[in-house]
Amino acid sequence: MAKLAKSPWLLHYDGSSCNGCDIEVLACTTPKYDVERFGIINTGDPFQADILMVTGGVNHQSENVIKQIYSQMPDPKVVVAVGICACTGGVFKECYNIKGGVDTVIPVDVYVPGCAARPESIIDGVVKALEILEKKREAYAARKKAGA
Amino acid sequence: MDAVRVILYILLAPVIGGLLDGLDRRISARMQGRQGPPILQPFYDLSKLFSKEMIAVNNVQMLLNLSYLVFFVIAGSMLFAGADILMCLFLVSTADMFLVMAASSDSSPYSSIGANREMVQLMACEPMLLLLAVGFYLATGSFQVSEIVSGDISAIAAMPGFLIGFLFITGVKLRKSPFDLSTSHHAHQEVVKGLTTEMSGTTFAIMTITEYYEMVMLLGIVALFFANSTWWSWIIAVLFCLIAFFIEVFIDNVSARVKWDKLLGGCWAVTLVAGGLNGLILMIIQ
Repeated sequence: MAKLAKSPWLLHYDGSSCNGCDIEVLACTTPKYDVERFGIINTGDPFQADILMVTGGVNHQSENVIKQIYSQMPDPKVVVAVGICACTGGVFKECYNIKGGVDTVIPVDVYVPGCAARPESIIDGVVKALEILEKKREAYAARKKAGA
Repeated sequence: MDAVRVILYILLAPVIGGLLDGLDRRISARMQGRQGPPILQPFYDLSKLFSKEMIAVNNVQMLLNLSYLVFFVIAGSMLFAGADILMCLFLVSTADMFLVMAASSDSSPYSSIGANREMVQLMACEPMLLLLAVGFYLATGSFQVSEIVSGDISAIAAMPGFLIGFLFITGVKLRKSPFDLSTSHHAHQEVVKGLTTEMSGTTFAIMTITEYYEMVMLLGIVALFFANSTWWSWIIAVLFCLIAFFIEVFIDNVSARVKWDKLLGGCWAVTLVAGGLNGLILMIIQ
């Protein structure tokens, strides 16, 4: 199996979530789901992360934070929007203080629906993200080889 | 023969360290009722880190991190070549200073706090490390590692207190809980990743590899306590190294992080009581 797919490190950011999805993200690390068996680590550091996982819709306060941590992550990287609020804005979509989903700020690779998203679907989303991550890694390696 | 041992150390230490780290993560997971990652996970992590983009905030960080690696490899090589243990321990402190400088070279406040805490950790360990060299001299009459391991009886017979003190500070050196103040191997620390916060890709991989060299060197010092001129003493030494490592993993899993004053006070108290008393008794006897 490929390099990145065996050791994806997660960075979890809460955009403006009600904490429902956050709890489910943390549930993935508990003994029942144990994502570390796939080598997945929930790291707190953007400099060392491969997957950015965002929960909750984006508001004007979290917009810049999301942009900043995304720019601090080294290539290749993928973004997973977890929960319906992170995907589209959810029930808060029309609120005056909500910009919408994460894709209004940064490019999103995988959308995990649900309110709250179940741990099974979050893990499924990460596995999907790994395929994309591997493609991006190959593209990145080719780009590096070409001397770009 | 010395050269062979040094080459073996340089080549095998990252492999052994990586395997021990994998074992550590597996055992920790089992203690928490999880399945845990494969034993080879640290190597997957390393190969990934080397394939990532390097975001360097400045040019000097990589150089300082490489110095940390090189100085540690020299220190470990001196131990395995049977050279002066005092010189070897001095080099360990020098190497650590390069890490502190690497962490302070960037602008992240988390990294700076991590660097400050690493210095406190250095300060906590240093008395015990120096006393340890004196202890070996009192027990065996030499600072030379080659002479320490060629005695008729193991050094542990004369210096059990030193072993207790050394195992205590090994937890600090391995950055294991409750002494993982500067940076933690576990997710989520109050200062993000402490002194490794702004290290990414290759830079972080080098830091990790150095930690493996450090791990093997520290276990080498544990082995010094047990090794003597008989061949079977080496088996006991290796066995005890594994036991010592398991103790560190166990403590890592059952304890919460302490504050810096507890760390400093705790280390110095253990050094003084275990190491100091043992040293005094040795002086009185001889």
